Parts: sequence; C-alpha cells; structure tokens
Amino acid sequence: MSELLFELDDPGSASDYLPPLDVPEAPMPFAPRPTLDLPELDEHSVVRHFTRLSHQTFSIDTHFYPLGSCTMKYNPKLNEAIASLSGFAGAHPLQDEQTAQGWLEVLFRAQNVLAQIAGLDACTVQPLAGAQGEFAGLLMIRAYHDKRGEGQSRRRIIVPDSAHGTNPASAARCGYAVTSVQSNAQGNVDMDAMRTALGSDVAAVMITNPNTLGVFEAQIEELCAAAHQTGALVYMDGANMNAILGQARPGDMGVDVMHFNVHKTFSTPHGGGGPGAGPVAVRAILEPFLPVPHVKQTESGAFMWDWERPDAIGSLHGFRGNAGVILRALTYILRHGGAGLQRVSSDAVLSANYILARLKGAYETANPNGCKHECVLSAAKLKAEHGVSAWDIAKRLPDYGFHAPTVYFPTIVKESMMIEPTETETKATLDAFCDAMLQIAQEAITDPDMLRHAPHTLKVGRLDEAGAAKCLNLCWTTPQEAEECETPGPAKRELAGASTY
Amino acid sequence: MNTPPDLFYTSSDEWLRRESDGTLTVGITDYAQHELGEIVYVELPEIGHKLGVDAMFGVVESVKAVGELHCAVSGEVVEINVAATDNPTIVNESPYQDGWLIKIKPDAEADLTGLMDAAAYAALHA
Repeated sequence: MSELLFELDDPGSASDYLPPLDVPEAPMPFAPRPTLDLPELDEHSVVRHFTRLSHQTFSIDTHFYPLGSCTMKYNPKLNEAIASLSGFAGAHPLQDEQTAQGWLEVLFRAQNVLAQIAGLDACTVQPLAGAQGEFAGLLMIRAYHDKRGEGQSRRRIIVPDSAHGTNPASAARCGYAVTSVQSNAQGNVDMDAMRTALGSDVAAVMITNPNTLGVFEAQIEELCAAAHQTGALVYMDGANMNAILGQARPGDMGVDVMHFNVHKTFSTPHGGGGPGAGPVAVRAILEPFLPVPHVKQTESGAFMWDWERPDAIGSLHGFRGNAGVILRALTYILRHGGAGLQRVSSDAVLSANYILARLKGAYETANPNGCKHECVLSAAKLKAEHGVSAWDIAKRLPDYGFHAPTVYFPTIVKESMMIEPTETETKATLDAFCDAMLQIAQEAITDPDMLRHAPHTLKVGRLDEAGAAKCLNLCWTTPQEAEECETPGPAKRELAGASTY
Repeated sequence: MNTPPDLFYTSSDEWLRRESDGTLTVGITDYAQHELGEIVYVELPEIGHKLGVDAMFGVVESVKAVGELHCAVSGEVVEINVAATDNPTIVNESPYQDGWLIKIKPDAEADLTGLMDAAAYAALHA
C-alpha cells in the first residue's frame, strides 16, 4: 500500500518560491493558527504520489463499472470542453445577471428541456443531488397540501419495497410516517396492498420506475389514478431514467413530480461522490412552490433570477445549484437530440438483457422475464451449496479487471447482485465481463476458499470493512492513536461521523 | 440455523423470551445475524421508552445492510443491553444470550399466541 503524504513528510524539501518580504508587515486581523502541521514535500513528489494513487483506483475511464442503480456511463469529453469555456468557467454566482445572460440561458434551457423529457410543466435545476431533489419534491408536495388546508391531515407517504433506497429516508426527513408496500411475485407493486395502504391521510406515493429490480411498473397508470382518487400525489424517483429516456414520459403515466439524477442519466461525472445535480420537474399545480431563485425569461427575451415567488419552498442552498453539472447535462442532451436519447435507452436495455441472457444459467435471477436497464442476479444457490456469497464474487471481479456490481441491494432478493452495464460499453466488453462472471461461478465450485479470500492481484487484499465501520478513522492519525481505537462505543462513532459533514 | 425451543419468533426475525419476573427479553435471531453479516452498529431506545405493538425500537447495521428492530408486544423498555451497543459483535456471536437487545415490561399479560414457535420459524427459513 502507498504511504500517505504525511508519512512521506520530508522537512525542508518543499519548493518555496516566495521572494523575501519587501513591504512593511501588517498585523493580521485574526490570530493565525500557530502551526498547520502539514507535510513538506517537493512538487514533483506530490504529483507522483497522486498519479500513483490514481493508477490504483477503478474509474469509468479505466474499467467497466457495472454498479447497479448508478448508471456509470462514459462521460463524453465534449461535456468538459464546453464547461471549460472561459465564459462559463470564469463566471461568479453573485455577478450581476446582466453580465451572466449566457449562464442564465443555459439554466433556463435545462429547466425547459428536462420538463419536456419528464412530460411535466416546469422544472428547477437547483437541487444538488438526487436525495436533495427528493427533499425538494416532498417539500413542494407538503406545501401543496398545506395550501389546500390538508397539510395536517396528510401525514403518511407510501413507498413500495422495490423503490430506491433513499426514498423512505427522504420522506422521514420531511417529517412523514412511511408505509412500506410489498412487491408481488412479478416484482411489481402489489396493487391490492397499495389500495389498502392508500387513504385520506396519505400525502404522496413515492415510486421508482423502472424499479430497483429493473422491472417496469406496468400498472403505473392505475397506481397514479388510485393515488389521485384519494387526493395523494405521485412522486417518481428518476434514478432509472436511463431505461425509458425518450421512450416514455413520467408525466404521461400520471406522475406529478420527479427528480433526475443528471450525473447518472446525462453523463455528468459522479466518481468520488460528486458533485451531482438532482433537477426536479413538476406538474403545473406544483409550479408555484418551486424553489427560489427560479430562472425566467422576460418579455424582452432577457433572462433573470426570479425571487418574487411567495409560495416557494425557499432556497436549497446559498448559491444557484451545481451549474457546471447542469451545463454538462445540457451539452449531452443537445448533442444527442431526441432520437439520440431514444437510442441511449434502447441500447442500455439491450446491454442489460444481453448480460442477463448470458448469466442466468449460472446464477439465479429476479428477472425471469427480462429486464430494463439493469438486471438482478442472486448468488443464493452458490452460497447454500458452496459457501460463496455475493460479497466474495464482488471481491473477485477486480482480479478480472472489472468493478463489482451493486451487492445486497435490492434487499428483497437474497445475495443480490445488481448489474447495470449502460449503453456505452461495447459487446466485446460485455462478453469479457460475462466470461469472468461465468468463470467465477466455476471457481465457486472448484476453489471456493480462493474466492473467499479474493482479491488476489490488487494492491490490497480483502479489507476488514466491519472493522473500518466500527472504528471510523477519517483523519490521519499516528499508529499509536489508531491502536487506541479497538473497541469503540457509539460515542466514538458519532464523534468520528460528525467530522465528515 | 440455531432456533432454541423456549423462544417465540417473529416474521421480521426477532425473538422474545418470557422471563420469570414477567418481563420479556427481545433480540434478533441467529438467522438474522447470519444474513446481516458482521454487525457494526446497534442503536437501542432509552429506558422508559414506550413501545406500541410492532413498533420500531432500534436499528442494527452491518457492512451489508441496515435492519430495523421491531417489538411484537406493547410495553415499556426496562433494560437495554449496553454490552451490545458497545461491542455489536456479541450479537453475532451470541444472539440468544449475551447479545440480547432490550427487556420490556408488557402493558398487559403478553399474548404471544400470534408468534411462531421454534419449529414454525425454522420452517420459514428452511
């Protein structure tokens, strides 16, 4: 394993090109920290350190990355070229709107084109991520019910168990009680259970379509109608839009509000945790509640920040959203055009079904009748018969040069592996991945112990992930300090967790 | 899979044991700890907390998943197992003894007839 910069510290080696002070020293307006305790290294050593680390990681530019529900597609370099144009890259979020007309037009056009793709009437591009999009959407739903005098009585949100994992958390975050509804044998929402769960105290139903089993909710129109009949609204998690982009519009299905994950569907980078963006599209009844400032076009054709929205839910953060990410998404959308986006989703679905067809003999599947953009396989039989889990398979794949799929989600399938290839992989790559998965299924029979200790060819072997979670160590500590953390209690965990936010 | 005969079991993989002083001890089953894998975090309610039937009373978290804990009987939490929150691994090592989670005083004479016995629970996960 590579040494940390702190361990490479070589006092006196730092490149220091600052000339001697030739003006009088002014007193600092605040007391400076006595020492920062940063390591000292020459520039070239720092460059080599980070370049070496970058070679040890898996990324979409280096490896096939079939992480289910994450849509790890290729990020076209054109997106970066446009985003680095000086007019975009050099702008400041607080500069006068007269001097930022180009930027405002980008955000305005993104609002419009995303609403169009959703089949809805209006859109905000302000939310910074999918989960914040959910938060914004639910606040708008709450504001809508409040405005109608039903805010106090509608205190429940229904979330099917095949929905995206963040949905119940977002509902709870907004103060709602969450009712879970089970899926039926086909992997769809059980409509009888849904009807039983609906009532005059329900604010909304949150669905993910296609759901996390990679199955399209065929009864979506019936579901939306049943929800609307009781006065509830329907929220759709757009995490899986890559399956239906340009083929079907959530608004036409009856959905009232949805978010996009542009870092998934529209190819903006999302390695390393972001930044992402989670634009939210809404039906006209929710338009007054969109967050401020909203971009609008005046009669003269100019673009402006609109703060005069009395029913708005407020702002989601101090500035204007991850505008650079929205710009990359708009670049991707305009480059593809309508027909191109349709091709994206049909190729993504084809790729997933190809993988499913090649692997369903060696693994069980939750998708006997095919899937949309991702397929869910199970290692339950391998685990029962050979003691090899989905975890072991995920740890073996990097030895073959592939990032692991999502494992143990969806939770409704035992030993689940959720594989999302996206449309940007060649057939040769898909075949190489399937060959590796088939080989691993053989290894589970012939050499299960080897699998239980995988990976074998990487810089690091099997990590103690439970130990790492129990003893969160997010800052560099001396070996002595690390040793002290052996049996941490909950207080230690909270303390360690607090420093990440 | 270990399913002691003197316990009552829920479909959400908790067990309940009737103690001689009228309280009920609640924990997660051997099956549940095995499915979760190594548990890294246990969150339990405060003593004195009132629980309704099937109310969520805490969370167990492993590297793989987060599981909610539900109590099949209504009552008041009279004791929590601090050893389990301090060292969650004991829930894996001893789910029925050292790794118990909470003790509750049921609101009324606890009716456990709706719960499964060991044979029925073992059959559920056969």
